[in-house]
Amino acid sequence: MNTRLKTAAYVGPGLGWLALFMIIPCGIIFVYSFFERGTYGGIDFIFSFDNFNRALDPIYLNILLTSGRIAGLTTLIALILAYPAAYAISCAPTRRQPVFLFMVMLPFWSNYLIRTYAWIVLLNREGLINNSLEGLGLISEPLPLLYNEFAIITGLVYNYLPFVILAIYASLSRLNPEIREASEDLGASSLTTFLRVTLPLTMPGIAAGSIFVFVLSIGNFITPDLLGGGRLMMVGNLIYDQFLSARDWPFGSALSLMLIGVMMMLLFTQAIAVNKSMGERV
Amino acid sequence: MTMGVSDTVIRLDHLTKRFGSMTAVDGVELDFQENEFFALLGPSGCGKTTLLRMIAGFEIPDEGKVLLDGNDITQLRPNRRPVNLMFQSYALFPHMTVRKNISYGLEMDGINSVALNSRVDETLETTQLDELAGRKPDQLSGGQRQRVALARALIKRPRVLLLDEPLSALDKKLRGQMQLELKRLQHEVGITFVVVTHDQEEALVMADRIALMRDGVVEQCGKPHDLYENPGSRFVAEFIGAMNTFDGKLTDNGVEINGLGLLRGAVENNSQAGMNATLAVRPERIKITKTPPMGEDNSISGKVDDLAYHGQDLGVHVRLENGAMALVRVSAADPIAESLSDNTKIWCAWSPRHSRILTS
Repeated sequence: MNTRLKTAAYVGPGLGWLALFMIIPCGIIFVYSFFERGTYGGIDFIFSFDNFNRALDPIYLNILLTSGRIAGLTTLIALILAYPAAYAISCAPTRRQPVFLFMVMLPFWSNYLIRTYAWIVLLNREGLINNSLEGLGLISEPLPLLYNEFAIITGLVYNYLPFVILAIYASLSRLNPEIREASEDLGASSLTTFLRVTLPLTMPGIAAGSIFVFVLSIGNFITPDLLGGGRLMMVGNLIYDQFLSARDWPFGSALSLMLIGVMMMLLFTQAIAVNKSMGERV
Repeated sequence: MTMGVSDTVIRLDHLTKRFGSMTAVDGVELDFQENEFFALLGPSGCGKTTLLRMIAGFEIPDEGKVLLDGNDITQLRPNRRPVNLMFQSYALFPHMTVRKNISYGLEMDGINSVALNSRVDETLETTQLDELAGRKPDQLSGGQRQRVALARALIKRPRVLLLDEPLSALDKKLRGQMQLELKRLQHEVGITFVVVTHDQEEALVMADRIALMRDGVVEQCGKPHDLYENPGSRFVAEFIGAMNTFDGKLTDNGVEINGLGLLRGAVENNSQAGMNATLAVRPERIKITKTPPMGEDNSISGKVDDLAYHGQDLGVHVRLENGAMALVRVSAADPIAESLSDNTKIWCAWSPRHSRILTS
């Protein structure tokens, strides 16, 4: 077979899928964002920038900032929890590593929604944590654990932690152990070796994990809805509401575009940062 | 040999390391002298790398001690030992430039930046890496990487430099150059080098002394010449260089071999006649003639089975009368080399003093 034809045969299905279900819908959102909302929820094809002007209103910008803060904190906490876990797994005997990785992936065997509901049971005023703490006499009144930012971040960290562990584990296990030994051999303490050798060399894993958690967190609407109890609105909820409750597709599209823009910028800066720290060939 | 003053730098005292039920290093006793080029030689899995890692501090022995200048350093962490290791994979820091890689060890010592920079500059210059100082390891050739690894390990002026298969990643031609280069460097810096290798030729060329290891034990330790000419066991005889071996029964003045008769050689006083023994002779010690040789030499006849041309010499594979094979090396300058062809009837002769009789 002709090589060009062969390439087309291999690449075609994947590319076609992306074009059909990713680029075209994005195009539709892009186009819709410049039109006006019809009286009964349809679209009036009148060109305007109103949707973007409205999205820049402080109310909506605030929601975007809150979402960014929550996603950022989630990412940070996930990284702090994931790195030691990934490190420990990569140091375990080679035969046991798949077992630990399997355990990391185990939560995915149950449904996302069910896992999130489980947190309601745990964090409730009458929930397991508050009851236990009261039972031990450590607190006299239930702690406000549910329906706030703390609950949302807890839920998001819990859900995305496995991905961060996997991403960091992948880059740690690719690291030649002799490189760390060389650092120690040359007189570095364990801490210096970690800061100057291990950490910089696992930056790609850290970046990949961070992007993953941040992007999925900032657009998430189920966790803020269930664990935030609707008191805290994230940009995902806002977009959800525009499309499904308010039936204002053009405004929802404009918000979506802005979110996509923020994510693209982040991906781009992170890609550059990683490239720099890894010192790719010029 | 450069072994004027014999000051022991490192002494290994009954060093033993086990991994599960496997004993990787078994009661090794060795000492490395000041300013010596020492080779730990052996087939893969003989424990030579484990031994090296115990000296560097990456493995803690189950028994025995590592003594450096008389002090017990067995439990000392690798970063506290005045010993540096050049890894087989080189283990360069991929995210640092050549310069940063080389200065890393000095930075850890916390010396001031002026002194540090001048020493790094000096090292870059002597290793001819100054033009590559700004490059990252993945922009270097194999030979350049090897030089960086060497410079990085040497800049701290360790008491002993350990090298784990330092030349194995290089191609054959470069390897030959680097063998001499390493030897020259060792003389220049005056630091004890302990090199691990599986390549007997490399060990013979570079080392002042060699310890040949097998299954975690030092089989024989000595100068290259001693190991080559006076192998203490069949394993040593066959591992170092090419060797013809004939198995038979020991007599008072040689070994009686089935189908070949008595082959003579010096028999040790404490050996008993009748026990199993092997007579060994180097291929270059055998002389080929086309007529039966006269005199006292050992002589066996056979037919040329195959000829291997090496340029400087000819490898003659001889099928002996009892069906066994022997290898004879004939110099290209020897007129007989021209007249040999397959199935030529020949005699192989050597003096009994070139026979080695091995009973283990």
